Amino acid sequence: MLKTEPSRKASRRTKRSVEKGSLAGYIFVAPMMIGLIVLTIIPTILTLILSFTDWSFISGFDKIRFIGLRNYAQLLDDDIFKISFKNNLILLLVVPVQLIFSLIFAVIIDKYVYLKSLLKIVFFMPYISSIVAVAIVFQLLFSPSFGPINQTLRALGFANPPKWLADIHYALPSVMIILVWVGIGFCLIIYLAALQAIPKDLYEAADIDGAGTLTKFSKITFPLVSPTTFFLLVTGLISTFKSFDIIKVLTDGGPAHSTSVVTHYLYNTAFEGLKTGYASSMAWVLLGCVMLITLVQLYGQKKWVNY
Amino acid sequence: MKKTYDFGRILVTLLMLLIGLLFLLPFIWMISTSFKPEIDVFKYPIEWIPKNWQIYQNYHDVWFGEYPFGLYYWNTIKVTLITTLVSLTVSSMAAYAFSHLAFKGRNFMFLIVLMTFMVPNTSIIVPQFLILKELHLIDTHLGLIIIGSFSALGTFMLRQFFLGIHKEYLEAARIDGAGQFKIFTTIALPLVQPALATYAILRFIWTWNDYVNPLIFLRSNNLETIQIGIQKFASESGAFFSLVMAGTVSAIIPLIIIFIIGQKQVIEGIALGGVKG
Repeated sequence: MLKTEPSRKASRRTKRSVEKGSLAGYIFVAPMMIGLIVLTIIPTILTLILSFTDWSFISGFDKIRFIGLRNYAQLLDDDIFKISFKNNLILLLVVPVQLIFSLIFAVIIDKYVYLKSLLKIVFFMPYISSIVAVAIVFQLLFSPSFGPINQTLRALGFANPPKWLADIHYALPSVMIILVWVGIGFCLIIYLAALQAIPKDLYEAADIDGAGTLTKFSKITFPLVSPTTFFLLVTGLISTFKSFDIIKVLTDGGPAHSTSVVTHYLYNTAFEGLKTGYASSMAWVLLGCVMLITLVQLYGQKKWVNY
Repeated sequence: MKKTYDFGRILVTLLMLLIGLLFLLPFIWMISTSFKPEIDVFKYPIEWIPKNWQIYQNYHDVWFGEYPFGLYYWNTIKVTLITTLVSLTVSSMAAYAFSHLAFKGRNFMFLIVLMTFMVPNTSIIVPQFLILKELHLIDTHLGLIIIGSFSALGTFMLRQFFLGIHKEYLEAARIDGAGQFKIFTTIALPLVQPALATYAILRFIWTWNDYVNPLIFLRSNNLETIQIGIQKFASESGAFFSLVMAGTVSAIIPLIIIFIIGQKQVIEGIALGGVKG
């Protein structure tokens, strides 16, 4: 099967090799396609079907009851869901902040420093370490009375530093600070690659024309990295909708649901509240948001990106 | 020529290192805390270098205490290595087909692969749970490995690299009578070796760090992986912060070692593929 006869005529060989290529193609993609169909595509469809039911997965399949759009209607009256969704929208703010910092750092690291690769590694460290470890460390760092952050703040003269993760007003901002901290390294690396692809003679020409650093940034660097910015913006926004583990470990949605997000509420509803149907309707809201962002990407790319 | 250093550049470098310190301090604090006796943990000013050292006892308490860190480690290494291997095989085969083999429906299938890329993990965990339950794979390492092995991302990323191979190389081998499988293993794979290394390292890091899948698909204590292990350890023995930090350090050390060895591959791979875990 793997060997072709060397004596075969040239014309026949071409035809046969196309057919063989075709069979080989199916064999080569089969494991991946089967895996994706069973573990991603079928589950996506099942989630949609389940979102129209009132069902708990611990009772058998015969207990499934279709209730139409009632789960979705219930979402609109569910305060915890509304808080979670609102928090998801607030978390989107993390992305532009990340992008601004990482672009500034990338421009500086690209042109104005020694020890480039050391700096890259340093900024990238949070991204490779496990989010569970990061969350546990920040729980201690942010600890209200004895944590190093508040001790330092008190030493600097702030008598009543915020209670961070324990305070309903500061908990979500604390989570956002950590998310920015974790994500900057990734954006930085991508930006550095984009900066290296900008032709050097553009800057030389600008130098001849007497352009200053800021003009060069706004007229050359910023427009030329705009495809990268767009890419990072879209993947970043999508990934904030996906964030779950940081919330689960850091605050478990608390205090008083102030850091709950849709993924977290979905998990609680599905695996602790055991409401499979209801949880599935949240899953589709989540999917809807991600699809919306992707569609905006598809249509917006041509309009907003300067190549 | 003598190398000259520019004063302004040195200044900017120092400034960036200072900002960089913000990204390292939590790790330094984690490590230094794990070396201290408990009473020194929240001392102020912070003792970045401990005055009293208690390394052996802290790590000994973590590794040979109530929580089986050795077992967590073994479970994680097993699941991570097998997932990485399977994922590498499946992804590279599909990537090769999508880049160099002609077959009907190729573009359509690739479109499907790209679409699955969009689906958030959390939105399909319930049906995934049901499917694994039907297959009797809940609470098994095999189930966890299967869930982690089929990555649209890997296929997409490796395909980019396979596309860089000139058709002539492969065509020449075909004319010499080599079969597709042989061409794949002896010519195509070696040509994309750096990309394979990058993807393997990334997949290793992502699987090692995976928290959601073990949380949902495992039940038994003796099967749990390190991320679940440290989370339980931290929330149940909350008051012993030096020990908790020793556990956290233990959990990320392998990653840091792998990252430092393979940092060039990781950083270049991320930059080239623009990938996200």
